[in-house]
Amino acid sequence: MKLTGARIIIETLIEQDCETVFGYPGGFVINIYDELYKASDRIHHVISAHEQGAAHAADGYARASGKVGVVIATSGPGATNLVTGIANAFLDSVPLVAITGNVPLALLGRDSFQEVDIMGITMPITKHNYIVKDVNELASILRDAFRIAKSGRPGPVLVDIPKDIQLATCEYKPGKPVEKTLDVLTEQINIDKIVELIEASNKPYIYSGGGVVISNAGDELKQFAERIDAPVGFSMMGLSAMDGSLPNNLGLTGMHGRYASIKANSETDLLIAIGVRFSDRATGNKLKYSPNAKIIHIDIDPAEIDKNINTYFGVIGDVKYILNKLLEKVKPKKHPEWKEEINRYIADEQANYPQNYGMHPKNIIERVNNLIDDKTVIATDVGQHQMWVAQYFKLKGRRTFLTSGGLGTMGYGMGAAIGGCFGSGNQRTVLFTGDGSFGMNLAELATAVSNNLPLVIIIMNNGVLGMVRQWQTIFFDERYSSTTLDRKTDFVLLAKAFGANGMRVVGEGELSLALETAFSIKTPFVIDCVIDCDERVLPMIPPGGSVENIIIN
Amino acid sequence: MDFSTKKEQFILSVLVANHFGVLTRISGLFSRRGYNIDSLNVGETENPETSRMTIIVTGDEYIKSQIVKQLGKLQEVMKVEMLPKEETVLREHLLIKINVSRETRSEITEAVNVFRGKIVDFNSDSVTVEINGEPSKLNAFIEFTKSYGIIEMCRSGALAMKRGANSL
Repeated sequence: MKLTGARIIIETLIEQDCETVFGYPGGFVINIYDELYKASDRIHHVISAHEQGAAHAADGYARASGKVGVVIATSGPGATNLVTGIANAFLDSVPLVAITGNVPLALLGRDSFQEVDIMGITMPITKHNYIVKDVNELASILRDAFRIAKSGRPGPVLVDIPKDIQLATCEYKPGKPVEKTLDVLTEQINIDKIVELIEASNKPYIYSGGGVVISNAGDELKQFAERIDAPVGFSMMGLSAMDGSLPNNLGLTGMHGRYASIKANSETDLLIAIGVRFSDRATGNKLKYSPNAKIIHIDIDPAEIDKNINTYFGVIGDVKYILNKLLEKVKPKKHPEWKEEINRYIADEQANYPQNYGMHPKNIIERVNNLIDDKTVIATDVGQHQMWVAQYFKLKGRRTFLTSGGLGTMGYGMGAAIGGCFGSGNQRTVLFTGDGSFGMNLAELATAVSNNLPLVIIIMNNGVLGMVRQWQTIFFDERYSSTTLDRKTDFVLLAKAFGANGMRVVGEGELSLALETAFSIKTPFVIDCVIDCDERVLPMIPPGGSVENIIIN
Repeated sequence: MDFSTKKEQFILSVLVANHFGVLTRISGLFSRRGYNIDSLNVGETENPETSRMTIIVTGDEYIKSQIVKQLGKLQEVMKVEMLPKEETVLREHLLIKINVSRETRSEITEAVNVFRGKIVDFNSDSVTVEINGEPSKLNAFIEFTKSYGIIEMCRSGALAMKRGANSL
């Protein structure tokens, strides 16, 4: 049948199993929105307050659901407003298809109204991108976009569609959802070699990352760790792969990692890195990283092997596949002495925990932790609160942690939490944010309210940009340049103005009441928690430092 | 794997889809990741759907391994190969316009013959020469002409192909 380009876009999205799209209309996508309107019984569109929010929502949706997130924006400012969201998805390997409108072909390159070269702008932050110049290629390009977004190491793909392509007609044949292709293994997986090393190791440590979450290999990871009796530490992106309360889960490692995890990471004689990319925030000084260990690196992206850390050897392929191969061969091991050593680190870690009461972030986090189940989605913004959540929150379920790892995008949280609600089938979602981060994209409260989302927003309000302040305290002699916000914003009134509800909390009694209220309703609720502005994220390994430089208190 | 930090020049041959924007993608990758391009040449192959690039890069072993892997990740890159210098035919084309006078004309003509070049344009004040060969040969000729005064010059960038019957 002959359809317009705009209709083909919608039909292809539906055909690719896309149920929810996020976006914001505008002059050069008006035809696409017209088709969305007509197809509203088959595909649900969520309008955000700002295109950046829509991009983060599509990202959060993808992380929570495991599907491809889709975002639509108009040309020019609509497209540029997506850029942060696309870069965020790129650095965290999130499958995203961004569709932008553009001026008609004949007006391209003439600095027309609302024209930008979004393909040029997004080239370095997408896996691939397209500008469609022939309506006959539209459907196949969109299918390619989905395939590329979810195949191998996932990532964002942008498709720029000029207005006249949306209006032109051509023959459309419905297709099937494209399969994700697993990259062909470029080298023979030397499982035996890994098995041998495990056999010889006395202090194995598994460093697990986002790749394990992406390939849904949490069960395999758990089995593997138990089998070889190894503790597991995580990168920021990997935290939701394994139940946080398991005894061999040492939690976050790296700059703000937990003490026992950092120590084990440093003392191990065999580091099995799975689905990680050894970011500088995770390794610190590379010359002093796991100095006694042979490092095996398992990842789907060959370019990650030996990129940041020189490995003993790398294995390229899908993490789940390789873990299953390992489970076929690897024999059970016991490492009582290693375990004892780790237990000493855990005891040291716990001895340095802050007191667990009042408005200390750890207490707030643990109070929330007690209220959730394994379906609850946890989102964060970026800064101190994010690190506290990463350190103290014991995640229960897979794909339940939405956080901006690689790009460190303040303002990510609101959009991501909204996407998390949709991606999880309207599960209870909790956003931990700070007064700084929340200020960046708080207009998305409107989106949360319009859609009646079961979203609890916990603002750790210290009146300052806490993470930068912490650096200023430690490295800049307490010169707090532009980090003392001292704003007069009343977040409870603000919540009410948006049609949500909220409470301000300054003490533990109020915290109980606020949490009880927030978790008893199914609509957005803002809890403005006043915390101490000098509360620091500890431990901390200064940038470029190693475990020797760790700051504990 | 431990990498040697010794810098060397290496030759990359890359088969890419003949789409607009491919050159931007590849040069963008190089600049973004801080790899230095010594020369880059691109042209259509016998199949109009593909182009072949010859890229000469200076870097250490780490950069060498990263470039191949990062190029391999681009959707429009079909094949990347590092060509071993000893088994590769390497050729470049030079056009160079040199100052001449009555006194220097014969010296230059002689040099052009020695370098197996060709004079392609000629007038009382200048001579334009074309020369083919390995980049090092072109360098030597350029060096020679400097004392006469180079008016302008352009180089094609190297083309490279492995010896033997196989293709990329």
